[in-house]
Parts: sequence; C-alpha cells; structure tokens
Amino acid sequence: MTDAGMFTSIWQFLSSRGGELTGIVGLSLSVSTTAVVIGALLGVPLGAILGLRKFPGRKFLMRLTYTLMSLPPVLAGLLVYLLFARSGPMGFLDILFTPSVMVIAQVLLVTPIITGLAAAAIAAKEKLSMDTARTLGASERQAAWVVIKEARTGILAGVMTGFGRAFGEVGAVMLVGGNVRYQTRVLTTSIVLETRQGNFEFAIVLGLILLTLSFIVSSVVVHVDDSKLG
Amino acid sequence: MHKTLFELEDVIKKYDKVPVLHVKNLKLEENEIYAIMGPNGSGKSTLLKLLNLLDEPSHGKIIFQGVDTGKAGDSVRLRLRRQMCMVFQHTYMFNTSVYNNVSYGLRLRGIKGPELQSRVKEALSFVGMSDFGKRNALKLSGGETQRVALARAVAIRPRILLLDEPTANLDPDSVALIERLVQRIHETIHTTVLIVTHNLFQAKRLADEAIFLYEGNLIEKSPVPQIFTEPQSEVTRRFVSGTMVY
Repeated sequence: MTDAGMFTSIWQFLSSRGGELTGIVGLSLSVSTTAVVIGALLGVPLGAILGLRKFPGRKFLMRLTYTLMSLPPVLAGLLVYLLFARSGPMGFLDILFTPSVMVIAQVLLVTPIITGLAAAAIAAKEKLSMDTARTLGASERQAAWVVIKEARTGILAGVMTGFGRAFGEVGAVMLVGGNVRYQTRVLTTSIVLETRQGNFEFAIVLGLILLTLSFIVSSVVVHVDDSKLG
Repeated sequence: MHKTLFELEDVIKKYDKVPVLHVKNLKLEENEIYAIMGPNGSGKSTLLKLLNLLDEPSHGKIIFQGVDTGKAGDSVRLRLRRQMCMVFQHTYMFNTSVYNNVSYGLRLRGIKGPELQSRVKEALSFVGMSDFGKRNALKLSGGETQRVALARAVAIRPRILLLDEPTANLDPDSVALIERLVQRIHETIHTTVLIVTHNLFQAKRLADEAIFLYEGNLIEKSPVPQIFTEPQSEVTRRFVSGTMVY
C-alpha cells in the first residue's frame, strides 16, 4: 500500500467508525482514571504508613508490595475473573464483562505500584524534612503531612506510572471485560482485535492515540505539580 | 545569676543497643552561648537532638524549665519544643518559596494575616534577604540556604537556638556573616545558643562556655578562655591544641 493509500484508508476508518472510536477512547480514559484515583486513595496512605512508620513486619510488607508491583496483568485478570464469575464468591454482583469489573482488575494492578513508589518517595524525604518540620514546631501529624507534601513529585510519579500501567495493559481488561463492542472495548483490546484482523494501520493509529492521550495526561499532571510552587 | 534552662541527669542514648552518648550531669543556663566541640562521632548532634526533644534518651532525665520531658505528654513536649529551634548541618528547605519556608513555623503557631507578613519580612530583613521572599528555596546557594534557615528560626523568636555545624562547607565570607547573625540573634532576642562546631576559632569567637564531648562522653564544660588555656583533661588538651589524631 502507498503512503497516500494508507492515509486514505485510515481516514475512511476514522470517518466511518468515529463514533465508536470516541466511545472506546472515553471508556479507556474513564476506566483507567477511575482505577488510578481509587488506587491512589488506597496506595498513597498505605505508602505513607510504610514510608513513615517503623513497625514489626514492615520489611515483609515492603517486599510483598514490590512483588505485587510486577503482578502480571493476565494473572490479576484471572483472579478477578474467578472472584466475579457466576460461580465465584462475588458472582452474585453480576458485574463480569462490565466496565466496573475492569476498574477492579486495574485497581489490583495499580495499587501496589502507587503504594511502593509512594513509600519509597516518602522514605527518601522522611528523615530531614520530618525533623525540620518538628524543630519548627510541627506536631507528629503535621510533620508527617509535610513529608507527604515534600514527596509529592515522587508520589505523582508513582500515580503516573500506575496510570501508564492501567492505560496500556491488555491482559486483565480483556479477560474480565471480554472486549465487547460498544460496552467493554478499550484502546488496547481494540489494538489486539485490529491486529488479529490484519488491520495493522488502524492498530497503529489506535496505538498513537493511546500514546498521545497518555502524553496529554502526563503533561497536565506535571504542569499542576510545577505550579504548586509559591 | 542566670536561670537554668536544661538539666541532664545520667542521660544515655543508644542506637540499636549501642550507646552513643552518656552525659552524667549537665546544666545549661539561659542567655549564654555554648559551643559543643568534639571529634566526629562524639555525640554532639545526638545531644542537640535530645535537647530539642526530637529524640528521647534511652535512660536518664532531661529537665527543661523544670519539666521532666520524659514524663511529659505529647502536647507538653510540643509546647516545650516550640520554644526552641534547630538549624541542621544539612539544612532542608521545603520545596516552596523562601517566604513559605520562613512563615511555616509562624503558621504552626496560629499567626496569620498582617502579623504573619510583618514577622516574615522582619526575619528576612534580619538575615539580609528582604528581596528573596518569592525565590524558590531549593535554588539558593549554601550560604543563602543557611541564612534562610536562620530566618526561619528568627521568625519564631526561639528561647533556645540549636545550631548543628551551621557553617560547615561555607566560604569564609558566609561563615563570618552567619556568625554575625548568630551573635545578633543572641543579643536582640536574648536567645540561648548551642552551637556544634569543629572550628575552635569559631568557638572562641562566639561562645561563653564550651562543652567537650569525646567518644560519647561529656569530658568537660568550662568557660571559653579557660578550656583553651587550662583544659581540665588530657583529651581536651589534645583536642584544643590540635594534636588529637582521630
């Protein structure tokens, strides 16, 4: 296929399936963003506890967190599938093959990442920033809050890494979502489908859309972090 | 006759069961400048952290203004700690503006509005950095950073200022400037100053009394001219004469 031919066919694809594509992009963003927000709400406090407190079993929990950071998406998907399958313990909820269960699978993937990176960022800032806050008159709680604020760039890096993991993963959402057209199809599962059907140009276009969106989200977050100074 | 601020009775500090500091008896009086001297690892910084109530002794009593700090609850310890301020050797600046760094301690004490602004302005002017308020605190030079650290302390007008090698790694001009500021803080706010230093000349220039620590033990506490001219122990003599090899 010539370059002109390729662009023509991509244009035809985008015009003919623009509505569907908008839905896919919207679902990808909403599923991953929801999963990352929930993951951050769980992971940042957990990371703060691991980074700030010294308690028995802390090292074991750190090792466990680091292990779960490399949890294979397909295994996370399988666990969530078994949990929410009709015969599973949570089967009565009947949410398999819906965006809700895709969010749950992604929360399982991103929470350890956010926890581990937040804990590392907070631990790195803990010693000096905590003592500085305390010597200036902060209570233990106020000093802990200062440490978390000081570690915000590292915490944000963890959240963005989590977002990247959620937005770009295919195994878990494919297993629990089923890649159902107009219902649970997201950018990554669409790429798999188009590749299997031999529509490589469209698969690449979808990949570029995924990367562009990821770049925009990262840029917004970095801008917000930078503008906090003052 | 100066009032006693601190009394330490048989204070031992251990890290991982290893003793790093043992002070049998020490009294510190208000409105004095104390130099804490000793080789690396002699327990100087540990002593400052114990006095600032940032750490707790493994054994013994630290009495501050008549209160046994070991028996005091969190709120009492916080109230006591808020009368002091420590400047660390490796100063940590919060990742925000110089103004926010200097105002932090005041905000913790509930000071806000015009009073907050005027106290920050006054503290920055005190250290000669009136125009630095909007600057990013992480982009300052070493000397400027130490001056902002002193401004943070000046702003809260502490009764006791604890300085942990505040001029280490600074050029001679910055050292002279920091020393002048410390003296001005002592004179204008009547702050009791404890300064950890390796610089014997600095101790001579600034301090009324010197405390010498060696291998975690308090060896000697004497007035400054005397500790250099008539040291009471052999290790002190070797240290002040510059013949100690460590």
